[in-house]
Amino acid sequence: MAEKYIRTRSVPIGGIFCKMNPMEQRISAKIILADGTTFTGWSFGAPQSTDGEVVFATGMTGYPEAFTDPSFRGQILVMTYPLVGNYGVSDGPFESDRVQIQGLIVQEYSAEYSHQEAVYSLSQWLTREGVPAVYGVDTRALTKKLREHGVMLGQIVIGSDTPKEAHALEDPNIRNLVDEVSIVEPVLIGSGRKKIIAVDCGMKENIIRCLQKRGVTIKRVPWNYNYLHEEWDGLFLSNGPGDPMMLQETIGYLREAMKGKKPIFGICLGSQLMGLAAGAQTYKLKYGHRSQNQPCREVGTQRCYLTTQNHGFAVDEKTIPKDWKLWFVNANDGTTEGIRHTKKPFFSVQFHPESTPGPEDTEFLFDYFIDKVNRI
Amino acid sequence: MNKMKKPKKVLILGSGGLRIGQAGEFDYSGSQAIKALKEEGIYTVLVNPNIATVQTNSDMADRVYFLPLTKEFVEQVIVKEKPDALFLSFGGQTALNVGLELEDAGVLKKHGVRVLGTSTDTIRTTEDRQLFAEALKSIDVDVAESYAVKTLDAGLRAAKKIGFPLMIRSAYSLGGKGSGKISSEEELAQRLNEAFTSVPQVLLEEYLGGWKEIEYEVVRDQFDNCVTVCNMENFDPMGIHTGESIVVAPSQTLNNHEYHLLRSIAQKTVRHLGVIGECNIQYALNPKTSEYRVIEINARLSRSSALASKATGYPLAWVAAKLALGYALFEVQNMVTQTTQACFEPALDYVAVKMPRWDLTKFKAANRRIGSEMKSVGEVMAIGRTFREAIQKAVRMLHIGAEGVVCNDFDIADPLDEIVHPTDRRLFAIPVVMHAGVTVKELHNMTGIDPWFLHQLKEIVDVQNMMKYAKRLDTELMRTAKAYGFSDRQIAKLRKTDEAKIRAARKKFGILPVVKQIDTLAGEFPARTNYLYMTYNGSEHDVERDDHSLLVLGSGPYRIGSSVEFDWCCVQAVQSAHAKGYRTIMLNCNPETVSTDFDICDRLYFEELTLERVLDIEEFEHPEGVVVSMGGQIPNNLALPLHELGVPIVGTSPKDIDRAEDRRKFSKLLDRIGVEQPKWRELTTVTAARKFASTVGYPVLIRPSYVLSGAAMNIAYSPEALDQYLQQAADVSQKHPVVISKFIENAREIEVDGVAQNGELVIYAFTEHVENAGVHSGDATSVMPPQKSYLETIRRIKKITRAVVAELHITGPFNIQFLAKKNQLRVIELNLRASRSFPFVSKAAKYNFIDLATRTMLGDDIRGEYNTVDLDYVVVKAPQFSYSRIKGADPVLYVEMSSTGEVACFGEQYHEAFLKSLLAAELVLPKKNIFLSIGRDENKAKLARSVEKLHKMGYRLYGTENTVKFLRKEYGVPITQLHKISEKKSPTILDYIEKRKIDFMIIIPRTLNRQTVSDGYHIRRAAIDHNIPLISNVQLAQTFVDALYTLQVYKQPLQIKAWDEYKKNGE
Repeated sequence: MAEKYIRTRSVPIGGIFCKMNPMEQRISAKIILADGTTFTGWSFGAPQSTDGEVVFATGMTGYPEAFTDPSFRGQILVMTYPLVGNYGVSDGPFESDRVQIQGLIVQEYSAEYSHQEAVYSLSQWLTREGVPAVYGVDTRALTKKLREHGVMLGQIVIGSDTPKEAHALEDPNIRNLVDEVSIVEPVLIGSGRKKIIAVDCGMKENIIRCLQKRGVTIKRVPWNYNYLHEEWDGLFLSNGPGDPMMLQETIGYLREAMKGKKPIFGICLGSQLMGLAAGAQTYKLKYGHRSQNQPCREVGTQRCYLTTQNHGFAVDEKTIPKDWKLWFVNANDGTTEGIRHTKKPFFSVQFHPESTPGPEDTEFLFDYFIDKVNRI
Repeated sequence: MNKMKKPKKVLILGSGGLRIGQAGEFDYSGSQAIKALKEEGIYTVLVNPNIATVQTNSDMADRVYFLPLTKEFVEQVIVKEKPDALFLSFGGQTALNVGLELEDAGVLKKHGVRVLGTSTDTIRTTEDRQLFAEALKSIDVDVAESYAVKTLDAGLRAAKKIGFPLMIRSAYSLGGKGSGKISSEEELAQRLNEAFTSVPQVLLEEYLGGWKEIEYEVVRDQFDNCVTVCNMENFDPMGIHTGESIVVAPSQTLNNHEYHLLRSIAQKTVRHLGVIGECNIQYALNPKTSEYRVIEINARLSRSSALASKATGYPLAWVAAKLALGYALFEVQNMVTQTTQACFEPALDYVAVKMPRWDLTKFKAANRRIGSEMKSVGEVMAIGRTFREAIQKAVRMLHIGAEGVVCNDFDIADPLDEIVHPTDRRLFAIPVVMHAGVTVKELHNMTGIDPWFLHQLKEIVDVQNMMKYAKRLDTELMRTAKAYGFSDRQIAKLRKTDEAKIRAARKKFGILPVVKQIDTLAGEFPARTNYLYMTYNGSEHDVERDDHSLLVLGSGPYRIGSSVEFDWCCVQAVQSAHAKGYRTIMLNCNPETVSTDFDICDRLYFEELTLERVLDIEEFEHPEGVVVSMGGQIPNNLALPLHELGVPIVGTSPKDIDRAEDRRKFSKLLDRIGVEQPKWRELTTVTAARKFASTVGYPVLIRPSYVLSGAAMNIAYSPEALDQYLQQAADVSQKHPVVISKFIENAREIEVDGVAQNGELVIYAFTEHVENAGVHSGDATSVMPPQKSYLETIRRIKKITRAVVAELHITGPFNIQFLAKKNQLRVIELNLRASRSFPFVSKAAKYNFIDLATRTMLGDDIRGEYNTVDLDYVVVKAPQFSYSRIKGADPVLYVEMSSTGEVACFGEQYHEAFLKSLLAAELVLPKKNIFLSIGRDENKAKLARSVEKLHKMGYRLYGTENTVKFLRKEYGVPITQLHKISEKKSPTILDYIEKRKIDFMIIIPRTLNRQTVSDGYHIRRAAIDHNIPLISNVQLAQTFVDALYTLQVYKQPLQIKAWDEYKKNGE
């Protein structure tokens, strides 16, 4: 039997002039969560219905960078900051060559943007990229719902489109999302003396830029590429979308690489993969960390750093094997933010030292990695 | 926490009287610091003469000294108290300066007092432009280039380095003269030549006009952990002081690169400088190139940090105090969420808009233009889910008669002029020209305001038009208008109906605001926050109503006449209600206050103090009562309308409040109970006004109900003057009557502040003004207990007070002002609410009047014995002025209030308390040369004895022609004549002032008028601009000279005694 959708008293609120052309008819849009909760707003961006995992992010700036982050693959993103699109969208470069989010939900967006570098309005950009968006929604109410319930599947229904049945909503986590965002063929970048294998599981472009700046050669390889029989000086595992357990192939090569002594550095999904390869376990967080203000303490020191994060899974601290140790811990909720080997130069962080968007406080970790690479 | 020994006793320096540029925010920061120390069990000693602050309450610091914040006084406190540490960063520039002086003089080293938090070396670096620029350049951080030059050649050389255009600024600028944009070498040469004729030095600076102005608030601990708590963007670009700007948090038009570029530089800079605690950094950002310049760094709590704290919910002052004690950031709890810690950066899910409150029309002859100097006296902060909603709310919060960004009745003759040359009304001029078809692009070119902000305003204007021309006000239009921040009154105006009808229609449509929490984490974690706002851009409440609650209406923006005193009353009322078991709800919109702190009430609505919003909150919360008598005139004015709508008001009935507020009703009431008042009449024609004035005899006091410009009240000594003032009053008509009353000269003024219970007088305090009537009570120097009034006068005042209290069935606080002349008493004003002087009388008499008032309003029986007259000490309250900030304003005591704050000091006897109090209000004692100019022979005679005393004490005296003649001839006092400016003979007084040959001035105007063309005005103004102490009132001058004589001849010392060391009789 089909599930009934509960209609809340929610009505669309907000800008009536949010279209570039005020004569254009506003199209209504609904957000329907898997539990039936419905929010009503107005459509902007591409006017096509979609579904995915609904998550929220609390960053206040850097929306083009966030929307192009491959880790958001398959997710409908709710922005808690109510005004989005104020400075339009520039030509980039951003974090990948496309908008990765499945859909966008905001309180209010600015059709009338203002910035020297802007070439599109947010709506124009999303339309061009085929990504639907909704404004006029109480995003705080929606966020609280997700916080209390945990992330949920949901859909954006444009105008008079027929909503999907709840059971028919596509769970992106059962797909191999990484395969969708990883590169297909290896690419060689830079011409440094040392060579880094960078496993692209949906790698943010700024990671490449951060490595490149430090004068190394980068061989960017697909997620399932076997690098074990090649010469390299350092191994890097990138961020990416979805459940790390989907990437058994990547974990297999990594486990082999860990038998050696060459430096290995992982970020975000890469950190979870290193945990799994080392023998730890991962689990899904209730509603994940998607923000630019996550404090992370470096264990055993008095230091605490502000970090950007975008993840729904984490390494379970209790399962960290004994030749590994906790490196960083989240100062808010105590979750694992980084692990490292007690003897070998293997280390990883759950947060994003490459930032974009967000604070640049931990970019020094790239120096740390390259320094280790240069020592061998 | 480690590596630092926890101090045992900490001395905290406050900021003294409120003045422009240094206001109530330091009560907030100082109070937080004291609480943070007390939580650690550290003994706290506070020096602050601002008696109306919460931080000087008896339950705050362990010891309070109401003493001037000068090196000499603080040094003596150190000698006496032997603290082992000092907090400098919580009392604004005043505390910082005193701290640095103490260090320079070796006092801190000698007595083993260490400065906690940011080191004095760091502070010095940030205070000195040269050191600051060098420090930043050494870490490749860009600062605006600036050169101080003393010659034409040096100027031209500097210009080569800076390039054109550049800014020229006079180092000692008068009235902003000599500053401006220079585009070529020829122009520069000409301007320099001009400038050097009057000033020795000018500053040449890089021109940053049109750049965005951005601020960051940074916190750092001793372990080098560093977070930027908030960033803020000024609506007004560079060129307008941030204190004069509309400021938005977080920034709206910065992309990720710009936001984090500035954030990273802020952290790099703060780390390099070694700040521990809180720091504010200001940038100019070129919108075309993303280039930046660091403009300024404040290595202390500031006005901006108070704003940032309230805008984000992050308790900056509390955290800064903990970090100064040696804690790491992550060891300090986030007091708002109570689940996370302080090492994070708040994520906002709303927009906060700050607007300055100016009172420029209160200062006669003051210029309305705003610019690089701060003139605003207060501010408000509005919170919304869109910028449009927030800015419309902010405008209403100012209580300047504006309904929002649009729908105002201001008559702006040349709106484009006020846009291009900004005035305090620029925001209201923008919609006016938008209606006339001026585009966003054109406005951006004229003002440099980012087009994003202008588009937002344009959308408000568009909705205004829709509302105006729509055939029907349907649900969708109503919802849109509310989401755009329109008030019911604005909508009513556009639909030509009244507020109540719109409210009813709106409720029928089911359009109600929702209550949202400010939780610092954008909903990411559940938070136990009490911090709330209302919005129409939402569909769900974050909270449910509270049972057994009491709503206290706050005082709104600080402005002339309503300041920290009322916030003190509100905080006390909340605390007393809380002690009685109520869930307390505070409503206020002023980010500088303690009442809006996270730990004061059970619920804080950071909201508008308008009828509409109070009703919204009342309907949501259903409080058991609403307190309107603590926040001054704004809530007082809401009493009757709220009462008529059935809202339960506690204390004196709003009907009786109205009988006191309505001039006619009150006058009749006084007649009936046989109490005298100066004769008055409300008149609607000029002829009637003249006729009445000649009947009662001149001088008369004129109060127009509608004023175009200039001060509202005036005293006319002649029919000609009356005509002139009535002309100024724009239009005297049926609609705008003028109130004329007999002005009684040479009368003394006595005030009674009291609390009554069911029409029975319970506790009262008398304060006597030093100045005769004619000086606004807020500008008067007052003394408690009275020094000159006869027992009989006091007895009769008490009797009249009892009669008034009974007649109006007062329950709660009230204030009555009396004129006393030749045994005749007249009532001139009654307020059925707490008055400005309640904190003063409470602390002077050592009974908390507001606690008593709140308790009786909530039903307690507070009757008992209270001794407020028989004190073994004297307390004097003195006004604090900010004339130096308001260029052109006439610094003379007058019927219109112009002081921005007040201080009070205790003494064993009158003269000691008086002198301390004046010193605390920043008066500097004369060293050698005193200048006298005394208008009217009557005043000359009154002051002759005092002048003789000055001569006896060895002062060298100078005077104007008539003053000199009179004093020489009649009293034989040796006095040198100086010429008035208009005499065109030298040496003029101005020469002496400019050459600093005069170090004190007594200038008594002929009449209690402000004549800005007079010589007296020019001399008084020159005194202010050259920082020379000035007394302009006869009684004040007499008392001052007597007090000086007591100090210098009788060698009565100014004692260093804490508040608790002044005992009442028999204790």
